[in-house]
Amino acid sequence: MQQLPQLLDEEHTFEAERPEVLVLACGAIAREVLAVIELNGWTHVTVRCLPGKLHSTPVKIAPAVDAKLRELAGKYERVFVAYADCGTAGELDKVLDAHGVERLAGAHCYGFFAGNDAWQAMHDDEPATFYLTDFLARHFDSLVVKGLKLDRHPELKPLIFGNYKRLVYLAQTDDPALAERARKAADYLGVAFEQRRTGYGELVPSLQRFVDA
Amino acid sequence: MSTDEVDLGSLPDDELVAQMHDDLYDGLADEILEGTNILLERDWSPDKVLNEALVEGMRIVGIDFRDGILFVPEVLLAANAMKGGMTILRPLLAETGAERMGTVVIGTVKGDIHDIGKNLVGMMLEGAGFEVIDLGINNPVEAYLEALEEHKPDILGMSALLTTTMPYMKVVINALEEKGIRDDQIVLVGGAPLNEEFGKAVGADAYCRDAAVASETAQALVLARRAAAAAAS
Repeated sequence: MQQLPQLLDEEHTFEAERPEVLVLACGAIAREVLAVIELNGWTHVTVRCLPGKLHSTPVKIAPAVDAKLRELAGKYERVFVAYADCGTAGELDKVLDAHGVERLAGAHCYGFFAGNDAWQAMHDDEPATFYLTDFLARHFDSLVVKGLKLDRHPELKPLIFGNYKRLVYLAQTDDPALAERARKAADYLGVAFEQRRTGYGELVPSLQRFVDA
Repeated sequence: MSTDEVDLGSLPDDELVAQMHDDLYDGLADEILEGTNILLERDWSPDKVLNEALVEGMRIVGIDFRDGILFVPEVLLAANAMKGGMTILRPLLAETGAERMGTVVIGTVKGDIHDIGKNLVGMMLEGAGFEVIDLGINNPVEAYLEALEEHKPDILGMSALLTTTMPYMKVVINALEEKGIRDDQIVLVGGAPLNEEFGKAVGADAYCRDAAVASETAQALVLARRAAAAAAS
């Protein structure tokens, strides 16, 4: 797979050889979206991704997607948005309805990686669960520790994470280094650690349906 | 001038209060403690210190949080600072025997363990003179019903952060209706993914977008309810 740029803070475009359709993706899953496209040899699918850090500020997602869809209106034959609801509480769907664009099913990236029903069952089993994906394991320090200023104010850690009991690392890949990062994140939060290999879950059939349509 | 260069004791009351608003905004707990003590030494009543210095300061923090200027860490630091001041004021307020604004039962709904917003609301309601019964997190309908039976509150407050858990508020309100006790209390709902439309859809009396609004709404609705009851009697 190609060397990827920094997906946390920046927008990026991965232009297809013969760009026909667009996947507008969250930077937090851009790596996985690109992998699915590459593995399937979809040379007509361009990927544009918004900064992965939006994961932490859901209120900014719908406006950012709306602005990008407006900017790109008419440039591609079809568009798919590789976001779930992502905590926007329906705001993203309002934007997508206005543009006539579909998105990934489910509430969160955890859901479409683990399978939405499986994730809901996991959450019902233990609501006090903090989830990591490959991206979130990779960027735990930036997004969580520094993002929530815990490096400067460790006294906030129990206020923010005091109710959590376990961390589940939903692994897209078999990467021992990421698994170790996830385990350290659990240690940092002082919670039990579990790892579940999800692969790309529902991301693959969702993209397949879009490309085949 | 940086805050640590300010001699709080040398400031006149209005400047001290303004400085405390800044200090609360910056989450400076020690300075809030010091400012609270200074105002009390100047014979400010505990409720005046609470309302003008602390609650007003948190209201400003709440507005900037709502507008995306401040984020969770800053709000928590501010809340921590306010808590310090409250620790001093709480026993003094109890001594003055001021009449309570009312009683609130508040809790995060089943399946949800997020409590930052709920705790802020609880603190602001306490600041507004309510007795706050905090049920904590992950509350099934039975926990709410038991608390309502035990405390007979003026208000039930429910909080949720997850889109997957916020529908549970409707489950609780349905249970209240089935038992014929829905109108025994005002029901307020809040949480990041909620909105006005959702509040109406689940049958709440009001959706509160932030802690300051929750406090204002709670006071307004309790007073309106009492006025209506007085007029009817």
